[in-house]
Amino acid sequence: MANLVEIRDLKVEAKTDSGRTVEIIRGVSFDIAEGEIVALIGESGSGKTTIALTLMGYARAGCRISKGSVLFADKDMAAISEKSRASMRGTKVAYVPQSAAAAFNPAQTIMEQVIEVARIHKLMPMDEARVRAVDLFRALALPNPDTIGSRYPHQVSGGQLQRLSAAMALIGNPKLVIFDEPTTALDVTTQIEVLRAFKSVMKKKGIGGVYVSHDLAVVAQIADRILVLKNGEVQEIGTTAQILSAPKHPYTRELLGAFKPASYASHVKAADASSKVPILEVHDVVAGYGPLKSNGQPTILALKSVNLKLEQGRNLGIIGESGCGKSTLARVIAGILPPFSGSVCFDGKELSADARGRTRDELRKLQIVFQFADTALNPAKSISDIVGRPLAFYHGMGGGDREARIDQLLDMVHLPRALKHRQPSELSGGQKQRVNLARALAAEPQLILCDEITSALDTVVAAAIIDLLKELQRELGLSYVFISHDLSVVQAICDEIAVMYAGEKVAQMPPSAMGSQDSHPYSRLLFSSVPKLDPAWLDSLERDPELVRAFSKL
Amino acid sequence: MNTQILSLVFKRLLVAIVTLLIVSFAVFFATEMLPGDVAEILLGQAATPEAVAGLRTAMHLNDPAILRFIRWLYGLATGDLGISYANNMPISHLIGGRFVNSLKLAAVTALFSVPIALTLGITAAMLRGSLYDRIVTTITIAVISVPEFMVATSAVLIFAVYLKWLPALSFANEVHSFGELLRVFAMPVITLSFVISAQMIRMTRAAVVETLNTPYVEMALLKGASRRRMVLKHALPNALGPIVNAIALSLSYLLGGVIIVETIFNYPGIAKLMVDAVATRDLPLIQTCAMIFCLAYLFLITLADIIAILSNPRLR
Amino acid sequence: MAHFALSPRRFGYRFNVVGMIGFAIILFWALIAIFGPFLTPYPIGEIVDFDYFGAMSSKFWMGTDYLGRDMFSRILMGARYTVGISLAAVMISCVTGVVLGMSAAVIGGWFDTALSRFLDALNSIPSKLFGLVVVAAIGSSIPVLIFTLAVIYTPGCYRFARALAVNINTMDFVTVARARGERIGYLICSEIFPNIVGPVLADFGLRFVFIVLLLSGLSFLGLGVQPPNADWGALVRENIGGLPFGAPAVMFPSLAIASLTISVNLLIDNLPQKIRDRSVV
Repeated sequence: MANLVEIRDLKVEAKTDSGRTVEIIRGVSFDIAEGEIVALIGESGSGKTTIALTLMGYARAGCRISKGSVLFADKDMAAISEKSRASMRGTKVAYVPQSAAAAFNPAQTIMEQVIEVARIHKLMPMDEARVRAVDLFRALALPNPDTIGSRYPHQVSGGQLQRLSAAMALIGNPKLVIFDEPTTALDVTTQIEVLRAFKSVMKKKGIGGVYVSHDLAVVAQIADRILVLKNGEVQEIGTTAQILSAPKHPYTRELLGAFKPASYASHVKAADASSKVPILEVHDVVAGYGPLKSNGQPTILALKSVNLKLEQGRNLGIIGESGCGKSTLARVIAGILPPFSGSVCFDGKELSADARGRTRDELRKLQIVFQFADTALNPAKSISDIVGRPLAFYHGMGGGDREARIDQLLDMVHLPRALKHRQPSELSGGQKQRVNLARALAAEPQLILCDEITSALDTVVAAAIIDLLKELQRELGLSYVFISHDLSVVQAICDEIAVMYAGEKVAQMPPSAMGSQDSHPYSRLLFSSVPKLDPAWLDSLERDPELVRAFSKL
Repeated sequence: MNTQILSLVFKRLLVAIVTLLIVSFAVFFATEMLPGDVAEILLGQAATPEAVAGLRTAMHLNDPAILRFIRWLYGLATGDLGISYANNMPISHLIGGRFVNSLKLAAVTALFSVPIALTLGITAAMLRGSLYDRIVTTITIAVISVPEFMVATSAVLIFAVYLKWLPALSFANEVHSFGELLRVFAMPVITLSFVISAQMIRMTRAAVVETLNTPYVEMALLKGASRRRMVLKHALPNALGPIVNAIALSLSYLLGGVIIVETIFNYPGIAKLMVDAVATRDLPLIQTCAMIFCLAYLFLITLADIIAILSNPRLR
Repeated sequence: MAHFALSPRRFGYRFNVVGMIGFAIILFWALIAIFGPFLTPYPIGEIVDFDYFGAMSSKFWMGTDYLGRDMFSRILMGARYTVGISLAAVMISCVTGVVLGMSAAVIGGWFDTALSRFLDALNSIPSKLFGLVVVAAIGSSIPVLIFTLAVIYTPGCYRFARALAVNINTMDFVTVARARGERIGYLICSEIFPNIVGPVLADFGLRFVFIVLLLSGLSFLGLGVQPPNADWGALVRENIGGLPFGAPAVMFPSLAIASLTISVNLLIDNLPQKIRDRSVV
């Protein structure tokens, strides 16, 4: 088979703030055969999206292709004129963006934008394009294919928009489609339908693809070959089966290793713990947002009567999809959002609903760590000020004592002491999350609420953070409430898992019981939707359509 | 149009009405602080205490301030604007023709500057970073940074002193021919146009640049759309709300500019009337003029906000 | 545009030529405002030339005014009024606006609503009109001018600071501080203020320009600084009669205003930028 794409020694430069030029893609070469799907995988900053965009002869503002060639159907996309590039875009090579919600023009109907490619390139009469679009909607398993096109982008859900953007890419009958993390923003139960739709359309039409993702399991389902990238360089290229079963490069092995976390249970066994007073109890909590109704209830209810219990030294995972109320629960426990009714007990004592009504010691024992380390650290302060504040606030420490303790805390989270005088913006994502933890530890808490703390991190970095949490628990006897949408992360650290759906806790079980036949139908659905590293997983997966209809937001 | 938009617009109108009340309150009491007794001022120094007391009663000056405020507000609402202190004429009489003159000036300026400013603002945004863009941006910053009277004096220096195209100061009350009309309006309109165009260009450019940076414009590029199509079909329809908003806001700068321009060119408009009233401390006249200005200003900024609400496609 | 790197490795800042020119002119006028009275070649009130609206000469660098007084001396003294009054007014309005804005954002609730409503209403009076009415009511003196200008621009400062503070207030580090049990004073001073200080300073500069323009406008209308004193706006008013002959007495005060306001704008648009370049650090 002839090669559709041949990339040779591709280099891309970017300009930094200070006007320096930095090479972000450093000599990448690979081929794509006709009808083949190649995945580009790597962590953030590895250059995977940049490479994918060069296939369209495009580099984002501030970047430029400095060297090498991108041969697409024997035309060098890096060298041809902007006009000839434009004539290829949409007809030969098309793009499916990460966030379809942002990539649709809010002022035009969906149909108008889907058939725009046909209009720009005068591919066919508009009526024919509309018929074709409806066919594509049907092939992509969209609901109401005949009428969905007349809606505006804000009137359809995220999963639907993602598939509509695929229809937009496919309308011009391209030879190659670039998928840029198309399912990353979706919930797992939604992701499956979208992935299936993509896969079946691509196979049926024999279209080649570039699938950009950070998630090996997702890529395993759809790609023929996988390209592992790091810092703008190719680490390893191989068929999907070879990469998954016999990785050659150490970095690939590291990626795979991070994907299979060892299951873990805290050293405190359930039997020992039950005799003591639970460290955290949540009783019938009802909470929400928005203006209050006449009965004092908020208009939007995020939590509808939730009960939880956690014993000292043990870990509770809370999982659920976006909007299920898991973060609201963390805010209620921390006293940031006072609930409408219900109570939170800590160590047997009922806490005031509002953090302002709690004693300093109560506040100290219960700390919260947030998802985005970028926004959780004050960018105007140094690391030592950030970590030192709880020391001064809770323990009245100052001067040399405080400095010594800050050093200790940085050691505990495995950060070099030299970082003390840096500002958060000078740290990497993983380092920031460690500072975030160090600040919580400075209070000497008994319980830490972790709200999606690994979700914004790359797989390898996230795995290291989980290891750190386990180590801290062994040393300090902490308890964690671990909130996440990522089942594998929760499985890696928790003794008990609570599943939330639409503001209610639908089930609670040990990780080993997850997905068993007698568990709650929603937790079964959720569990079965998590992609596995097995290329045959998606094709062999059978889901009860009743269940999908009942719980997913398609 | 759906109920959500209606309720937002309704809320905005309500806010405007409340604001108007607060503003009229402020205007009334600010002018009430005038030192000296109005009755004494009116009757002159030779007046007997009895005459002053009589006038005070006749003018209800002994009533509590709040009562006078309500009476004044009622008068405004029913078109009874009161009597000028300075020349004993009904204020509605004094204002009538002057108001029309000012409106004419504003209308001609708007007609002249809106198309020019929009063209310059949109093209500058499209050619962002080019020499053309930099020249337009630099000139707008320069015009925004100098006082209106300097724009006016520069216009006089250029067009009247050096080029001798126009008379330095225009005051003809009677306009007989198109040529005269042009002469009367030219200088004030040129000055005002410069001032509000600069504002409008700046805001329009910012609005278009913002939409050009959105992911859906990038998406259009990746669909193979031409630059023209990206701007006309994707960026402009979404920038329309902010642009119309910018027009309404810029027109509100007319009000500040008009005070200076009417004074400097001796133009018989309402702003000149008000500046003169301040000089003679003609209380009711100041109050009425101030209210007219506030009303116009409030109308424009409320209009700008309502346009912003209506143009949000997500509320459709 | 030319970039002048001030040894970036050491300072981590970049300041370009345009910004430096702006800064130099501002510094120049600030020094004139302080030392002006010691530099005037002639007493400012004295008629030194028989000719009125005299042209520029080696004796009178900027010509003479409508009475034959030395313009150069009068402009040096005018700097004191224009810069001094504007600076005092902008300080009052920015401090008040920023403190109120941050408090409103952090405290929220009815305090925020009532304050915002009131200040928005104040903002719906065109600034020149407001000045006109107040000056008509109380009469013009320097304290009244400073106070009026400050009141006019406080709502704008408030709005700006509040919008910034509201954004910061939703960030997780503020939530963490609240959950830690920190008091409102700490939240405002330590968590919010350091993160809005940059934009607030830029806004300070812009508002200074607005105030200089409004003060000049009021003085031009005869409602600002009163004779025998004169700021730059009043100098233009005094000498407007020389406009038809293009007298330097009209042009120089205008140019002085323009040089100050344009420099401030140039400085704000070209502020020293901290280099966010991780590999250099």
